[in-house]
Amino acid sequence: MKEKISSLKEQFIAEIANADSAELLEAIRIAFLGKKGYITDLLKGLRDVPNEDKKEAGQLINALKNEVEAGIADKAKSIEEEALLGAIRSAKKYNPTIPSNAKSGSYHPITLIQRELEGIFDSMGFTVEDYPEIVDDYSCFEAVNVPKDHPARDMQDTYYIENGQLLKTQTSAAQNFIMRKYGAPLRAIFPGRCFRNESTDACHENTFFQMEGMMIDKSISISNLIYFMKTMLSEVFQRDVTVRLRPGFFPFTEPGFELDINCQICGGTGCPSCKNSGWLELCPCGMIHPNVLREGGIDPEEYTGFAFGLGLTRLAMMKYGVKDIRDFNSGNLKALSQFKNN
Amino acid sequence: MYISMNWISDFVDLDGIDKKQLIHRFTLSTAEVEEVFEKGADTYGVIVARIASVENHPNSKKLHLLKVDTGKDLVDCVCGAPNVREGMRVAFATEGGSVSGHPISAATVAGFVSHGMCCSEAELGISADNSGLWEITDDIPLGTDIKDAYQIDDIIFEVDNKSLTNRPDLWGHYGIAREFATLAERQLRPIEAADLSVYDNLPEIDIKIEETRLCYRYIGIKAENIKHNVSPVNMRIRLYYCGSRSINLLADLTNYVMLELGQPMHAFDMRKVQSIEVKRFDTPFTFTTLDGNERHIDENTLMICTNNTPSAIAGIMGGLDSEIEDDTDSLLLESANFDGVSIRKTSSRIGLRTDASMRYEKILDPELTETATKRFIKLLLDIAPEARVASKMTDRYPRHYEKITIDIDKPYINKYTGIEISDEEIVKTLIALGFGVSQNGEVFTVDVPSWRATKDVTIKADLIEEITRIYGYDNFKIETTLSPLFPVRKEAIKTDVNRAKDILVQRYNLNEVHSYIWCDAAKYKELKIDVPENPRLINAQTPDHATLRASIVPTILTFVSENRGFSDDYGIFEVGEVVEGYGADGLCVERKKLSFVLSSRTASEEVLFLRARDIITHIVTDIKHKDACYLDAETKFNWQHPRNTYSVAVGDDVIGVFGTVHPQTAGKIDKKAALVYAEIDMDTLSGVAAADISYSEPSKFPAIDIDLSFTADIEKVDFAKVCSLAKDAGGDLLGSVKAVDVYESEDGNSSLTVRFTFVSAERTLSKAEVSENVDAVISALSDIGLTMKTA
Repeated sequence: MKEKISSLKEQFIAEIANADSAELLEAIRIAFLGKKGYITDLLKGLRDVPNEDKKEAGQLINALKNEVEAGIADKAKSIEEEALLGAIRSAKKYNPTIPSNAKSGSYHPITLIQRELEGIFDSMGFTVEDYPEIVDDYSCFEAVNVPKDHPARDMQDTYYIENGQLLKTQTSAAQNFIMRKYGAPLRAIFPGRCFRNESTDACHENTFFQMEGMMIDKSISISNLIYFMKTMLSEVFQRDVTVRLRPGFFPFTEPGFELDINCQICGGTGCPSCKNSGWLELCPCGMIHPNVLREGGIDPEEYTGFAFGLGLTRLAMMKYGVKDIRDFNSGNLKALSQFKNN
Repeated sequence: MYISMNWISDFVDLDGIDKKQLIHRFTLSTAEVEEVFEKGADTYGVIVARIASVENHPNSKKLHLLKVDTGKDLVDCVCGAPNVREGMRVAFATEGGSVSGHPISAATVAGFVSHGMCCSEAELGISADNSGLWEITDDIPLGTDIKDAYQIDDIIFEVDNKSLTNRPDLWGHYGIAREFATLAERQLRPIEAADLSVYDNLPEIDIKIEETRLCYRYIGIKAENIKHNVSPVNMRIRLYYCGSRSINLLADLTNYVMLELGQPMHAFDMRKVQSIEVKRFDTPFTFTTLDGNERHIDENTLMICTNNTPSAIAGIMGGLDSEIEDDTDSLLLESANFDGVSIRKTSSRIGLRTDASMRYEKILDPELTETATKRFIKLLLDIAPEARVASKMTDRYPRHYEKITIDIDKPYINKYTGIEISDEEIVKTLIALGFGVSQNGEVFTVDVPSWRATKDVTIKADLIEEITRIYGYDNFKIETTLSPLFPVRKEAIKTDVNRAKDILVQRYNLNEVHSYIWCDAAKYKELKIDVPENPRLINAQTPDHATLRASIVPTILTFVSENRGFSDDYGIFEVGEVVEGYGADGLCVERKKLSFVLSSRTASEEVLFLRARDIITHIVTDIKHKDACYLDAETKFNWQHPRNTYSVAVGDDVIGVFGTVHPQTAGKIDKKAALVYAEIDMDTLSGVAAADISYSEPSKFPAIDIDLSFTADIEKVDFAKVCSLAKDAGGDLLGSVKAVDVYESEDGNSSLTVRFTFVSAERTLSKAEVSENVDAVISALSDIGLTMKTA
């Protein structure tokens, strides 16, 4: 019996050494461990072993069985590893730099800049409003304190429609509507397309986008206005910008300001873009004129507020380096299809 | 507007102050300075000298050889000026000096050495006159530096006119000087003016204001025996530096006073104008202004007349016939205040904007007319002492502005500014700017000076501006607000538009564009697209751009035409406003549309058409969780294909239209490409209530798929109806119905394969179990013309 066991062991060692595929290994497993395999035969042969030797023989058979099982498992593992290595070695190596056929669409640059600004104000609790492009004299002028004879109402600046309506010349046309809709306190921005009757060139467009904002509450101050402008512009340009306020006159504000930022191109040292002043005029703003608040149904003695207007089109030109303002409405995909981000 | 620092310094002592720094502060506190020029800085070494002798140059007719007496010695000079003559006193640039940046050194001119240069006014930069040498007529010792003799050195700065729109008081140097005095905390000197009360015994001028609505005040005064007609050099330099041009003494004086005080003045030749009527005419006529142009005068134009003969367009320009000439020795001076709006309208109507009209537009202070008159006479008598005032200062003042007094309290100022400005600072600032201030506890009672009271300062907020701009916005501490927070929600349409854009760009690779709100008739015509009947602009840049667009698609089609070759397969979209005629209220019906056009040279028109359908479906189901359905529709525009125009509906709401392009237009755009368009009304879509996402528990048991083929007329079959009919007929066990294959053949054997999926939540179904349901479905479909194909 003992000899049988040890010769079987030798046979196993010899066979497994030659087993180099999963199929051969399986054949070995069946030959040794199968229901009719060698190990089963041995166990059956135990019957013929004298009682006093039975225990030892049993242990030897068990040891052999364990050895065979372990040997097969080890071999199975190494065959699998070898197979994976083979698969890896024979795999095709790809080239990620091969030109792509994938298409992608594009957003209009104004959409991108508008979304960015809306996101900033959204995060500061401002609601985003939409307002028509065709408005009446009241909302565009009268409600925002532009007197009857103000030059802005002249035909050379404003497009009038046959029925007396007009194309809004400024996003401020929405101020009254929004004040009446929400009352005070109020934080809103309202981007929109505006129209001025002028001939176009690389720097002038009759159709352009602005974004206006308003904040009204019980004690909104000039100091708050500067804070919000600075914060907003720092977010837009993703860096700390320096702002300065100069007096500016707009009928709907008092006091009104022109807000300049340090030139983002030269950093404020002076360059052709800022006409060597180091400053770029960016954003008219101011404290909302008491007449405008009153016309919007808000008591100017109780509430104060600020408003600002950002030239989205101009901002887009600055941000993306667009030199000709007419590109925006050109429909020229060679220019416009480049705005893919977001 | 150009401002001279020398002139400013007449009114405020700026010694010891960095003038450029002050100009910078002016930008931050008052109005934007666009540019600063240092006049005379590159001219030096120029002295007053006398031409001692003149000899002809042997080889040149033009050149002369001069001996120039510099006061110290005689210097040789070669000179080509036509007006050179012995004894003449000139500005002589000496060796080592510089004239407007040109260095002067000894040079050989046509064989002779010249040790300097005799200068013209233009060479020195003090006028445009380059006709000959500047002859110095004032009695100035030889050898005197020209810059000690005359105010050639000056700092000139240009203020942006637009930033002065609301400040009528800043249209002259005196008003600007008041700002500088305030900023520098120096005293503003009073204007030196003549006392005209001494002429009260002289006769009045006959001045009648017929149109008192348009004329606030009219002052006239006469002067005669004026023998001088050239202005002093310093006056001429100032006028030139400030962008004016010297004409003759009287004309110069009116300009000088205007630039100094901001009050336009007009000098009539007294030989032609002795009395004044301010009036309008009921019948239009033409009038020749002093620039020689004929102007059309209508019934709204205010005119200055003498005995009914017009002699000036009020506030804009005088007439050619009554103009001051070089031999004029007597004048009738006008210092008046006209209605600013009327002046602006006339000026823009006749296309003539003058220094005077520009100022009147800003609504000037009528009090200024008197100051200006007194100043003019003072200057006239200083320069031409022989002159005599020949009338009483005759003053007609039919319209006054009301005096404005404003109470403002300290808490209000603190609230409005967000900072604390001291009482002393407030009072000091307002007083320096000419306001009257009295303080009672926390309340300041402020009298607005006449020059700020025509429209500029009327309410408390205006005073806040005065206080804060002088305080300096750079000095503000910057603080966020203490406002309470509350939730905000975007307008639904904004969110919907954003989502739709994302779908178009990110999933379907479309390119977003913007276009104009009007139709481009010329471009439409090229593509045989009719301009629709729609509201029109009355003042479009060209008649081609007058009609507002009723759809965005035509513009996008023009873009597709212009982008030919951009790509074999691409799409363009725009979200924008269109006008759908006038509503019942007479107002334009404005709608927000999302429109796109797909163009492809690789896909068939049908594939493209279905792609457009998929895009619309995707937008609707993504935003509203509802199905879109498509119905045959009539065309509304001539660019739509008569056979393939479909309306898009969600429930009962028609939200848009889509289809293929009329071959007549499509052929003009790109013969090789298939084109489809779609236009969704975002206002309507936004108004459709969104459904919740519907969820049903998936069955744990396997489903049975049964595929059946039917013969069908593919053009006509309504797939949505097939699905809904089948579902109704198939009973509860019919989980879904889906068309899986469409086979089109020309022999009438087109067919449609539909997969019916039966499933139960409780058990595994057998085919036999659902055979009845299948029969019911087959029978329902045969009712709408789908017959099952037998295999």
